[in-house]
Amino acid sequence: MAYPADFRYTKEHEWIKVEGNSATIGITDHAQNSLGDIVFVDLPKPGTEVAAHKSFGSVESVKAVSELYAPASGTVTEINQALADSPETINSDAHGSWMIKINLKDPGELKSLLDSADYEKYVAEESSK
Amino acid sequence: MSDVNKNIKKVTRHVSQNEGLIFERSSAGKRGYRLPPLDVPEVDAGKVLGAAVRENLGEMPEVSEFEIIRHFTRLSTWNYAIDLGMYPLGSCTMKYNARVNETVVRLDGLANAHPYLPEKMAQGALRVMHELSQALIEITGMDAITLQPAAGAHGEMTGIMLVRAYFEAQGKQRKKILIPDSAHGTNPATAAICGYEVENLRSNAKGMVDINALAEQMNEDVAALMLTNPNTLGVFEEDIHKIADLMHNKGGLLYMDGANMNALVGKARPGDFGVDVMHLNLHKTFSTPHGGGGPGSGPVAIKKHLEPFLPTPVITAKDGRLAFDYDRPKSIGRVKAFYGNFGMHVRALAYILANGPDGLRQTTEDAVLTANYVRKKLEDVYDLPFKSPSMHEVVLSHRLQAQNGVKTGDIAKRLIDYGFHPYTTAFPLIVADHGAIMIEPTESEPKEELDLFIDAMRSIAAEAGSNPEIILNAPHTARVERMDEVTANRKPILRWKPAADAGKP
Amino acid sequence: MLDAVGARNIDDLFSHIPAEYRLKGDLHGPRQMGEAEIVDYFKGFAGDMSAGYSIMLGAGSYYHYRPVVIDSLISRGEFFTAYTPYQAEISQGTLQAIFEFQTMICELTGMEVANASLYDGSTGIAEAVMMAIRITGRSSTVIARSVHPEYREVLRTYAQHQGMPIAETAFLETGRVDLKALDAAITDETACVVIQSPNFFGTIEDVAAVADIAHKKGALLIVSIAEALSLGIVKPPVEADIVTMEAQSFGVPLGYGGPYVGVLATREKFVRQMPGRLVGQTTDRQGKRGFVLTLSTREQHIRREKATSNICTNQGLVALMATIYMCIYGREGLKELAKQNLSKAAYAVGEFKKSAKILFDGAPRFNEFVVQTPGAAKQINDKLLDQKIIGGLPLNRYYPELGNSAVWCCTELVAKAQIDAAAQAVGK
Repeated sequence: MAYPADFRYTKEHEWIKVEGNSATIGITDHAQNSLGDIVFVDLPKPGTEVAAHKSFGSVESVKAVSELYAPASGTVTEINQALADSPETINSDAHGSWMIKINLKDPGELKSLLDSADYEKYVAEESSK
Repeated sequence: MSDVNKNIKKVTRHVSQNEGLIFERSSAGKRGYRLPPLDVPEVDAGKVLGAAVRENLGEMPEVSEFEIIRHFTRLSTWNYAIDLGMYPLGSCTMKYNARVNETVVRLDGLANAHPYLPEKMAQGALRVMHELSQALIEITGMDAITLQPAAGAHGEMTGIMLVRAYFEAQGKQRKKILIPDSAHGTNPATAAICGYEVENLRSNAKGMVDINALAEQMNEDVAALMLTNPNTLGVFEEDIHKIADLMHNKGGLLYMDGANMNALVGKARPGDFGVDVMHLNLHKTFSTPHGGGGPGSGPVAIKKHLEPFLPTPVITAKDGRLAFDYDRPKSIGRVKAFYGNFGMHVRALAYILANGPDGLRQTTEDAVLTANYVRKKLEDVYDLPFKSPSMHEVVLSHRLQAQNGVKTGDIAKRLIDYGFHPYTTAFPLIVADHGAIMIEPTESEPKEELDLFIDAMRSIAAEAGSNPEIILNAPHTARVERMDEVTANRKPILRWKPAADAGKP
Repeated sequence: MLDAVGARNIDDLFSHIPAEYRLKGDLHGPRQMGEAEIVDYFKGFAGDMSAGYSIMLGAGSYYHYRPVVIDSLISRGEFFTAYTPYQAEISQGTLQAIFEFQTMICELTGMEVANASLYDGSTGIAEAVMMAIRITGRSSTVIARSVHPEYREVLRTYAQHQGMPIAETAFLETGRVDLKALDAAITDETACVVIQSPNFFGTIEDVAAVADIAHKKGALLIVSIAEALSLGIVKPPVEADIVTMEAQSFGVPLGYGGPYVGVLATREKFVRQMPGRLVGQTTDRQGKRGFVLTLSTREQHIRREKATSNICTNQGLVALMATIYMCIYGREGLKELAKQNLSKAAYAVGEFKKSAKILFDGAPRFNEFVVQTPGAAKQINDKLLDQKIIGGLPLNRYYPELGNSAVWCCTELVAKAQIDAAAQAVGK
């Protein structure tokens, strides 16, 4: 699986795509793969403030719950309603299935995130452990 | 199919009756009851209740008595049960449920006793609770007990509330509860609902509490350590006295999860090794039936210093009679209406009387012996991740079988074909790769049944090398194959609806 | 087996327990008994109870007839000696029965989803309140004083360490919740309003009116039902957001207070905030219908300290009793039986009125009523024991303001003759 070059990544396996002051957030293909069949996504309401490295929601498979960590701080402007009815799209297309959009509070925070090459390397190291 | 069955000794396939939902049998006008005639004037419900009257009961079934008997009898045959064979679930203590317990609990005076009977009309019930309390205090070596909690998790909650009340009374509340990484999931959930932060305590290479880690983490912010002993690996905490001292020296308390008391009864007493508060599971150690998931009963035994905080009411003896004492100003309050799951108290007392002191000791000895026997007979074909001596249960892992893609959950499903209920899978979590195979045979199993189980486990280990597919697709012989849990979670269907409505939300 | 494990004697297997903690001798206690002795021993206890008495006590525990079919079926070892149905392939019997239970509870309560059961009606309220707090993000609760006093005590115990303030609200002379006082008690921080209907006095609340008040202020309404049989003839609380019920009336013996069976039912949109187990329908690999435990990520074994509750068990076998009971009486029988209870209580009220005062007479009731007497309720009850009648529950411990009063109950099992005898006794 190729990790899009225009995304940045967290070590908790979220991706973020920035367009101007707004950003789109989802989980990586590696994350969906290790979770297995996703059955439910719990997302915040629009208007909620999210903080970098803090949990903003959770994603569930049949027997596990994983927290979702915000790659950057900001205010939620929109959530992907379609995931409520068909969370399985995350399994089939993790990088196309966004979860939330936020207005960035401090674009400077993005600097500490991984780019696609570094993330791929990180995932490879993780898996070989 | 012959290939699927060829090594199986314990069971043979036979036909299983099909049966729909009770609603699908229902048709208007059928009934399974007849009421005696009313001996007072019948009222007009509409007049008496006005706007509150109910007109119809929707889709409630209408079936005859015989159909009900058939329906539930057929359903029952789809279940595995301890009455059918060994039920080696680790930490669950599936032992024989003696029939005499069921007989005595149904005696008219006990079964039909209203909880608000005047105390002088309830002396028999109070004596049952009193006798059981005395017996459990003797068994645990503690000073006092409450029988009120309805289950193990409920007992844990009660116990941790007692801990809170104890610190509150001292005027200095503490913030945290320490919980070993090998603990049962209820422990952290309980600590959280009692308003404590949970701090994880790591185990050492032997699967026991790491004394150095405990010494580092224990301070005056920590209210208690929630310890399971023997722990979830079935291993007795050899440093238990050091653990207790470390807690007590800093003013903390030692809580013991009594899930594994079946390894200790009559051999060692938590009250003697420094435990301040503990819960028991009458449905595990004291043979009250699991009932397909309850009811349980989770008494909490304590040392003297926690006694003022026990839930109300407590039983007291005065002038040769027993009574409830409600005047307990320091009590944490009630955790349940009435006095607990009394029906379980009766059964547990009957179990204790049927065993006597020597029988209780022998029960524990046999439980530990059967677990060690299973360990000995399987440790050459299954990985034993922690080598410490086993008590009443043994924890193996799927490490060797996983090399062929066969995991603990798969082996468990294959055991179904061999006529056994699976062991506990993937718990405790400190076994690597969620690979735990946790087996608790209990004292109830005769050697013949143990040997069949061992034979089944060894046969499956061989299949893992020769034909892993047969394991990965198991069970082959149950009524249903592996269920689609993903759809059940994505699009939950939690009730039946008549056909016309089935598509509607 | 000792040889096989390489032990010389049984004590070898316990040698890793430090010697100072190993018991040197046997425990103290009665010697091992034979089966006949055990039965005799408990007969002694049972004989010291109220067998053969007529029971006019209710208050959260109801003496209804239990059809013999129930014990016949639940005594099958496949039901009562099975564990929690985690292994679906060999637990379809238990799973399907629970699915039927969930369905019947939905039908009776007017809710959309019901769980596989909770401990009992009292803990059901505590669980429902914690659920309402999760849903609303608010923290406090307003509970009617006409809710069972022990249920309220349990809620207070659960709430005390979780930052969940609880306010109690008064009842009127009709026995119903004082709607004005309730309205005043609800604040922006009120997560839920809790009422019981029929309430502790037997009075049926105006659920719709209470719901209006709660909902206007963004609070949820929790309705507790202690007498499940009332649902045979009383309109279900469809306006509620969460219904929690004690289902003991459905074929569960009085058993000196337990085990009983709690129920929690709610709207579909709240299902992921529900505590306790849920059974769902699905299919196996061959497309065959079957049932599994589902939505288990809410529970403690996965979510640990973030679980919706620390509840681990349900009341499996007791829920099965209730399921069988609901099948036996079914759509028509529950109504007929409830009507008998309604008639008995109405008759009793008429008779008691001749010699004592009936409180809360201005609102409908089901099978319970409160009688105020010139003399102390306890003394009246003492006298009635001579006639083998167990009288109503004295209320002085819970509601001192009601003077010499007691809550009485007439189920289908109380005969007219006993009602007449008790009615005469209360005036003396």
